[in-house]
Amino acid sequence: MTIEAPPSDLDLSGEAYALASEEILFLYEMMTLVRRLDERMLGLQRQGRIGFYGACTGQEAAVIGSAFALKKKDWVFPGLREGAAMLLRGFPLSLYLCQIFGNEGDLLKGRQMPCHYSDRSVNQVSWGSCVGTQIPQAAGAAWGMKFGKELSHESRESPIVMCYFGEGATSEADFHVGANFAGVFNLPVVFFCQNNQWSISVSRDRQTASPTIAQKALAYGFPGVQMDGNDIFEVYRVTRAAVERARRGNPTLLEALTYRMGAHTSSDDPRLYRDPQEAEEWAKRDPISMCRKRLESQGIWSQKEQDSLETRISDQISRALRKAEGRPSPPGKTLFQDVFAEMPWHLREQMALLEGTDNACV
Amino acid sequence: MAEMNLIGALNNAIRLEMRRNPSTVVMGEDIAKLGGVFRVTTGLLDEFGPERVIDTPLSEGGIIGTAIGLALYGVRPIVEIQFSDFIYPGYDQIVNELAKYRYRSGGQYSCPLVIRTPSGGGIKGGHYHSQSPESYFIHTPGLKVVMPSDPYDAKGLFLSSVRDADPVIFFEPKRIYRAAKGDVPEEDYTIPLGEAKVRRAGDQVTLLTYGAMVVESLEAAEQANQQGIEVEVVDLRTLLPLDIEAVLSSVKKTGRAVIVHEAPKTCGFGAELSALIMEKAFPYLEAPVTRVTGFDTPFPYALEHDYLPSPARILKGIDYVMHY
Ligand SMILES: Cc1ncc(C[n+]2csc(CCOP(=O)(O)OP(=O)(O)O)c2C)c(N)n1
Repeated sequence: MTIEAPPSDLDLSGEAYALASEEILFLYEMMTLVRRLDERMLGLQRQGRIGFYGACTGQEAAVIGSAFALKKKDWVFPGLREGAAMLLRGFPLSLYLCQIFGNEGDLLKGRQMPCHYSDRSVNQVSWGSCVGTQIPQAAGAAWGMKFGKELSHESRESPIVMCYFGEGATSEADFHVGANFAGVFNLPVVFFCQNNQWSISVSRDRQTASPTIAQKALAYGFPGVQMDGNDIFEVYRVTRAAVERARRGNPTLLEALTYRMGAHTSSDDPRLYRDPQEAEEWAKRDPISMCRKRLESQGIWSQKEQDSLETRISDQISRALRKAEGRPSPPGKTLFQDVFAEMPWHLREQMALLEGTDNACV
Repeated sequence: MAEMNLIGALNNAIRLEMRRNPSTVVMGEDIAKLGGVFRVTTGLLDEFGPERVIDTPLSEGGIIGTAIGLALYGVRPIVEIQFSDFIYPGYDQIVNELAKYRYRSGGQYSCPLVIRTPSGGGIKGGHYHSQSPESYFIHTPGLKVVMPSDPYDAKGLFLSSVRDADPVIFFEPKRIYRAAKGDVPEEDYTIPLGEAKVRRAGDQVTLLTYGAMVVESLEAAEQANQQGIEVEVVDLRTLLPLDIEAVLSSVKKTGRAVIVHEAPKTCGFGAELSALIMEKAFPYLEAPVTRVTGFDTPFPYALEHDYLPSPARILKGIDYVMHY
């Protein structure tokens, strides 16, 4: 782990944020759930049962370990691979799957591609698709929280913002704009970069000439920390330190060193651009196996527990799938809802056209 | 001659131009090693090397901004924006800079370059892999805007675009990237910008369309024919400069115009076409100019086939002008 310009108020010692055994087990189970869910969904995609899927295989520790450092009231601005933060934060799996199917059970009304989950109940806004756009928005929400605190003179601890993105996103102007605002206005936000080494086919070293992503924070006047993103204990510890710093009103940039084990998405074929040897090397540092070894060495895990966990997860996914799959698409008229709070005449006219209730217009 | 799809024809065209003009470079996200997410630039890295076939960092503003600088200095960039939905981080560079260099420098500087970008829906791509943003660019003085609908045209129009003195936004209808097939000569040829093509002749209704909607319009025209209505389908091919002669001569012949595009209706290109027909062919019209377009909503995911104009909806438009 390299720390760029260690700030005095980031406590990375590890003592303060030790995890209890049951918490560690919970994190291990969540990571395993995410892994199995991704496998099942990619399978459904290949069978044509869902249209698209983006897995976070290999990055489970970065997603789960960091989301666990948040409180319920905190907000999450995810990228493509952090949807599962919502599951950890209590969102029901069957509804999550409805988003993937884009059917009438989807709370987002089938408007977005799969893997663009969002719900107010868990304070997670939806990623658009445009890489990097969430970064200044996250700074803005954090700014709102700061205003909220100042305007209400509340002594209650205020929420903070967790903003996720890949290392590719750091090339977009929005990254620099968001980081700059966060630095200038001192905003309670954690910028969490999942450096999974690949931005579709472009490798990390072609994305930026900076030796680390973390060091980019220095230019904006706040600390950047690079960590082992496959070690859930380290992810949790470092993220927790940054979250506490955000609670004190200050931004931090985190860089989780990890690896995209699979394809970019179901539309991609990594054999065209990267050496499979590389994935094999990283597989030795699989975040889930690394955590399991820890549990086994502590004597709290064995094959027996693993088998029962696998059965439980498999049943859980199957049950949720039965609830979610096969429901019809949202009704046609929902196409016209939510463009505005109130529907203007021209949309009413177009809705009538689609529903065949008004043939006068075309 | 060889049978090619749109992807193959464009690949072939880019290759020919890079062989012919050593100052061309191809740049964009994932275009070198991967050959582009739609594989249009497959094999170019092997043939022309990493100096001329460049995987850039993930930044559309960076790609377009640097392409402008390259073009000012005399390099010929062929830019790929992975999806036209992602062109907006480079929008300022296109609208405020690229489009205006010639004008604001009193004709001293220009930025001849092509921005190729897949557009349109029908691939289950949701909001951000489906939009049709052509109107924003047609509305910007200083840009030429092209959208082919078949492989033969794609090659000829691309070769004209890449040799044009001005910047060209070259939209590629991704829905028919593979489906549109046809014979394409292996050798160099160009199709001038600003010339429409009559895809099907008819004398009762004119369908004005472009891109993937040409396919839907031809299907609708076929169905109309079975009902005894003769529909002419005009593929505009270049949206700016528009082939106004072709539009007017067809509309004056038929007296009825239906415009089909998948972009939203309000301020879509259909609005401009409709106004032009009104201004220049009013006495010939038997019915109001009619638009069959995408709805004025963000592009949806689950309901994309309700959103997109279909042959059935186009037929409704034909019916409307026939029975006005
Ligand atoms: C503005 C924009 N440009 C291009 C794309 C196409 N695209 C989708 S994901 C991606 C790579 C993202 O890489 P990174 O930020 O490292 O995240 P990762 O996918 O590796 O998690 C690209 C180029 C996009 N979605 N948005």
